[in-house]
Amino acid sequence: MGRIVLDQVSKSFGDVEVIPPLELLIEDGEFAVFVGPSGCGKSTLLRLIAGLEDVTGGKIEIDGQEMTSVPPAKRGLAMVFQSYALYPHMSVRKNIAFPLRMAGLDKEEQQRRVAHAASVLNLSDYLERRPGQLSGGQRQRVAIGRAIVREPAAFLFDEPLSNLDAALRVGMRLEISELHERLGTTMIYVTHDQVEAMTMADKIVVLNAGNIEQVGSPLELYREPRNLFVAGFIGSPRMNLIEGKEAARHDAHAIGIRPEHIAVSGSEGNWSGVVGVSEHLGSDTFFHVHDTGVAETITVRADGEVGFRHGDRVYLAPRQDAIHRFDAKGLRI
Amino acid sequence: MATRHSRSAARIMMAPAVILLLGWMLVPLTMTLWFSFRKFLPLRGGDLGWAGFENYVRFVSSSSFWPSVQATLMIVGGVLVVTVILGVLLALLLDQPMWGQGMVRVLVIAPFFVMPTVSALVWKNMFMDPVNGVLAHLWKFFGATPVEWLSQASLQSIILIVSWQWLPFATLILLTAVQSLDREQLEAAEMDGAPSLKRFWFIILPHLSRAITVVILIQTIFLLSIFAEIFVTTQGSFGTKTLTYLIFQRVLESQNVGLGSAGGIYAIILANIVALFLMRIVGRSLDA
Repeated sequence: MGRIVLDQVSKSFGDVEVIPPLELLIEDGEFAVFVGPSGCGKSTLLRLIAGLEDVTGGKIEIDGQEMTSVPPAKRGLAMVFQSYALYPHMSVRKNIAFPLRMAGLDKEEQQRRVAHAASVLNLSDYLERRPGQLSGGQRQRVAIGRAIVREPAAFLFDEPLSNLDAALRVGMRLEISELHERLGTTMIYVTHDQVEAMTMADKIVVLNAGNIEQVGSPLELYREPRNLFVAGFIGSPRMNLIEGKEAARHDAHAIGIRPEHIAVSGSEGNWSGVVGVSEHLGSDTFFHVHDTGVAETITVRADGEVGFRHGDRVYLAPRQDAIHRFDAKGLRI
Repeated sequence: MATRHSRSAARIMMAPAVILLLGWMLVPLTMTLWFSFRKFLPLRGGDLGWAGFENYVRFVSSSSFWPSVQATLMIVGGVLVVTVILGVLLALLLDQPMWGQGMVRVLVIAPFFVMPTVSALVWKNMFMDPVNGVLAHLWKFFGATPVEWLSQASLQSIILIVSWQWLPFATLILLTAVQSLDREQLEAAEMDGAPSLKRFWFIILPHLSRAITVVILIQTIFLLSIFAEIFVTTQGSFGTKTLTYLIFQRVLESQNVGLGSAGGIYAIILANIVALFLMRIVGRSLDA
């Protein structure tokens, strides 16, 4: 259970409208990711759903019930915060049991649920420790534990991995995805990292300046970005966007071509240029090619180890069927 | 400070300050200790030689000794309770966003800058005076008989005056502690179903425990030696004679330096006992 409907929801702080009225539907059991650059209103939107901020207009429905003015504790949602927001003076056990204690569950039921959550999250050995004695990843798991014991209708994650180091982030990403598979509960996840969005989401909601730019599955967004913003935001490294004469040849105001859809060789191709920085990752190689005459820099990806060096002249062949065309308003043609 | 050379240089440079501080402490302490074993009556013959433990025995066996210890503890305890409780409440209040916040905060701190003698005089003459005091007028307005504060409720009155002076200090320290609380913790507790009273009890109060400890320790040090407030108001009568005041009376009113010095040594012992208890009770929260 956890179908969330936002109907014409808007939010203003004073005279500043951070979220213009928007519509959004999140199905039961879905993993929805709100993604966008910082300051795009994605956290505010999550806090509106959580009830930590009051909406300026519109309605929020959870499981068919109007929840717009219901206090956060009564909405049946659990939230994991960016700073984890663990209670530093309580042990891990007490932290996880806190929502149960507030709900007035009896001691045995509390113990049972805490033990269950701890075993799910590999925290059983740390139950008597204080949050200060745990590593970042463990704290994150405690925060998740505190959320799952409540058996909420939906989980809300507010950039939960941004305080972790890169290796741990990948690990926690998998754990959260697995947790979603196992629990089958609706999750709403806010991040500015499009890789997290692409890897975890069933449905991505791309936000920009409070507006929903596009909603869809990761591959829909990758294949058919609705506008220039989504095209530039989804995909790593970002899509090459080209304006001017080259775009006009394709009857468009701007065209976009992803680095992985351009073949690079030393002999033939539509465009030629000089290799600037090249990034050798082993599995892939990224070249930043200058002086192509179509755009300042074109990023291309080559499979495996390719031996071009700084200053080499290369030829680029974009795959014609993978060119995205956009009109003057930035919308997809 | 890594090399041996720089470490010894640091020691030499710190030495003047350390020696000055040590002298500052040790000279008066040694003199008090010395006088406490002498029969020293400045107006009745001066230093009359060695007295052994006579001063100590006389000071304790005096009928005013235990009541003075009791009065001291009552005042210290009373002021601590009042300032900590009101301090926490005021800090929470001042943390709320409101119009004229900066001005209000300055006003709240103001009593701390009033000299003890002045504040005691103001309280005595303008508030607690049974004929012309504001409180007397208030009582009369409601048809009640004005209370003679400093004689009928002397200890409470002194606690009130001293609390008024120290409340700003407690509020200020607790306010900074309240402000350092992570807002996300409160939001998490709110999501977890804790209403505001429980949020206060389970989240805010534990967060404040360290600041409260600091307030209690620092205030105790200063409250054990309050003097001006008693001197200006009751002159030690009506059960407000603290240990400090008793020592003052022995030295200056009875002109018995030896006896007063012995009392001073007792005061040091009392202060240490109180400090020991406090460290035991509240010191634990400093470790965490």
